[in-house]
Amino acid sequence: MTQLLEMRGIVKRFPGVLANDRVNFDLRAGEVHTLLGENGAGKSTLMKILYGLYQPDEGELLIEGAPSRITSPTDAINHGIGMVHQHFMLVPSLTVTENVAMGTVSKRGRMNLRHVSDRIEELSESHGLAVDPDAYIWQLSVGERQRVEIIKALYRDVKLLVLDEPTAVLTPGEVDHLFKILRQTAEDGRGLVFISHKLHEVLALSDRITVLRHGRVMGEVEAKDANREMLASMMVGRPVRLAPDKPPMETGRARLTIRDLNVMGDRGLPALQDLSLTVREGEILGIAGVSGNGQRELAETIAGLRKPESGTIEVDDADITGRQPSAVRAAGLAYVPEERQRDGAIGAFSVSENMILVNHRHPPMSRRGFLRNGEIRQRSQQLVDEFSVATPGLDVPASNLSGGNLQKLILARELSGSPSVLLASQPTRGVDIGAA
Amino acid sequence: MSNRETSEAAVRRSRLGTHLLSYSVPALAVLGAFAIGAVMLAALGANPFTGFWAMAKGAFGSSGALVETALKSTPLLLVGVGITIAFRANVINIGGEGQMVAGALASTITALGMTDVPAWTALPLALGAGVAGGALWGAIPGTLKAYFGVNEILSTIMLNVVAVQAMNWLLRDPLIDPMEIERGTRIPQTARLPESTDLPLFVEGGRLHIGPVIAVAAAVLVYLLLWRTTSGYRLRAVGLSADAARYAGMSVERNVVWALTLSGAMSGLAGAILVLGSEGHRMVTDGSTIGFTGSAGFNGIVTALFGGLHPLWTIPSSFLFGGLLVGAIALQRAAQVPTALVLALNGLVVLFVVSLDRYRRQLKEREERSVPSIAAAGSEADESDSPPSGEDDDHG
Repeated sequence: MTQLLEMRGIVKRFPGVLANDRVNFDLRAGEVHTLLGENGAGKSTLMKILYGLYQPDEGELLIEGAPSRITSPTDAINHGIGMVHQHFMLVPSLTVTENVAMGTVSKRGRMNLRHVSDRIEELSESHGLAVDPDAYIWQLSVGERQRVEIIKALYRDVKLLVLDEPTAVLTPGEVDHLFKILRQTAEDGRGLVFISHKLHEVLALSDRITVLRHGRVMGEVEAKDANREMLASMMVGRPVRLAPDKPPMETGRARLTIRDLNVMGDRGLPALQDLSLTVREGEILGIAGVSGNGQRELAETIAGLRKPESGTIEVDDADITGRQPSAVRAAGLAYVPEERQRDGAIGAFSVSENMILVNHRHPPMSRRGFLRNGEIRQRSQQLVDEFSVATPGLDVPASNLSGGNLQKLILARELSGSPSVLLASQPTRGVDIGAA
Repeated sequence: MSNRETSEAAVRRSRLGTHLLSYSVPALAVLGAFAIGAVMLAALGANPFTGFWAMAKGAFGSSGALVETALKSTPLLLVGVGITIAFRANVINIGGEGQMVAGALASTITALGMTDVPAWTALPLALGAGVAGGALWGAIPGTLKAYFGVNEILSTIMLNVVAVQAMNWLLRDPLIDPMEIERGTRIPQTARLPESTDLPLFVEGGRLHIGPVIAVAAAVLVYLLLWRTTSGYRLRAVGLSADAARYAGMSVERNVVWALTLSGAMSGLAGAILVLGSEGHRMVTDGSTIGFTGSAGFNGIVTALFGGLHPLWTIPSSFLFGGLLVGAIALQRAAQVPTALVLALNGLVVLFVVSLDRYRRQLKEREERSVPSIAAAGSEADESDSPPSGEDDDHG
């Protein structure tokens, strides 16, 4: 098999941080090589070096045996490197075709979108990626958007494809489907770098696995020789208990009751139809399903961010149907939103400012409209300790926290009000095993 | 071990460096603007050094000059802190001019009605009316934006035009000084306002009234509002992330209205001070807004941006721009160049500040990233994964 990529002794320092410490990583044509590690282990840094976003301080990079320097993403693309980012790089107001065409070289400054859209249909067919080239991105579900990202890469005929946490928001069915596509993509002679936290997926898809911790390679194993416990302890550096002991709980009275809920989606089509459910005290109710089938709309409607057409929602016997988010929260609902960076926290606000996002009006956080900084700091410190949020301090902007720690911060805040009902959308998306 | 210590020392040193650099950006901007200004002066055939020296002396060189600068700075500061409130809530307020006029008119009408009221009631009422007039003129575009999706840049600019026409009509007809009709001169101005509404002077017969003090106090209050109260916290939260604020149960709409109302109130106060502290103690129009405001409604935006959208930094910023405007007259006399050159200089300062702002932000990010314990906390800057283009280029 041809050696597509070799990264030798890569060192990348940030002030005060050694993000990559003599990392070796290679990729052969036709294989899926997984990069496994906790948040902050240096996976993203390594891939950003590969994609030309960072320059390594030491080490060398060989593409198909030839020493190369990649100085920009354009350079990376010219070398046949493609990347599917964890957060999609798509323009919501443009169509699939337009998004795919974007950034590709056109002849004499003219772009033949007809041609692009034909090619997309070809690729969709040959790779089993069902995507309508004329659909607008904002109309697509998360799973569909991901397929557009893969089509973008295939359209550019990449040899080497990096997938950063591609399964984060997919359902098991969608994951199986994605893995089939990815296997086929690899078998066509491409090399795939797969980044994930989910051990069973890593084992299912990979040929080889490289584990990173604190910027160092902890080991490289063949997937067929590996198992979950072994990978987890390599990642975390200590033995990890994968299935938490969960004693059965007595369920009590109904805390959240939804009756015959009908809600319209963004596209003006019914998103929820005659939905009824009850959540009792002591109970965790899971909502499963392929994303884009009403989960988001359900969460938003319960939280008061979307108005239902009909039906009722009650929290502890209080009718909150169609009420404002503040009234819903006052009734006892806490909410961990799906898009935590956008909706769950304010990146430019400090850790302690984020802690009071919901309850800043209430004592002891404020009195007569004035914030009480002493109390706020003390309570924030308590929550940071209690939920072991890893942060250098309370005044650090929340954007400096890793995904898992930001999620802990949000959870700490939401639980601190002793809510009756906790609503959590995709709470483990992008959260590593130690934090989860 | 010793290796680690040296690296930490190096980190600390480089942090101090970036810290100092990020603070020197405004100074660099002024220097850059003056360098280009010098070229313009030379092109006009004047000696840049004597020109700038005359300017500095005219603005800050004597107690009289300082008084003029303080008076000129007052509306800039008030409008500037108003703009700061709006921008912090991610609302662009270009309506400072109109809000000043609205405040001045409300204040004038109130003052004219208080012939037999003692000063301790009349003056606060007249100033309060200015605040209310400006607030109303801000609340209108605020409501339009929050509940009807009307772009606030357009609506605030348009309301400037409405305000000036309202002023011209009111001063030409209902509010005109009866003497003007009697004499047939018909200058569009009000009668002299009751003495009880005169802004007290520091020195009898001098020019310095308490307006600058009011403005500085307002700036401090706005600072406390934004960073010490729940209301200010919500304004900033909505400004930084309307989505997160909405999820947390805040009303984005109400905060947008509130931000523009407060912003307008500050400009309204500036307008009231211009009238109550004027030499003639009356409101006069030459038919244009600028004739009344001296463009403070626009220059206040510049002042706020130069002050880094921070109410306290806006105080020295307003003094600098006030000085530039006062010094312009001295510059004109010494170098025989048009005062418009100073307006160009103001523009250049802003252009430099705004272009250097990106650099300043990068410095700041580097500073934050270099906190060594972040590494220990396992949160890597690159995992916070915003695309390299940077998303926070709001109000540029």
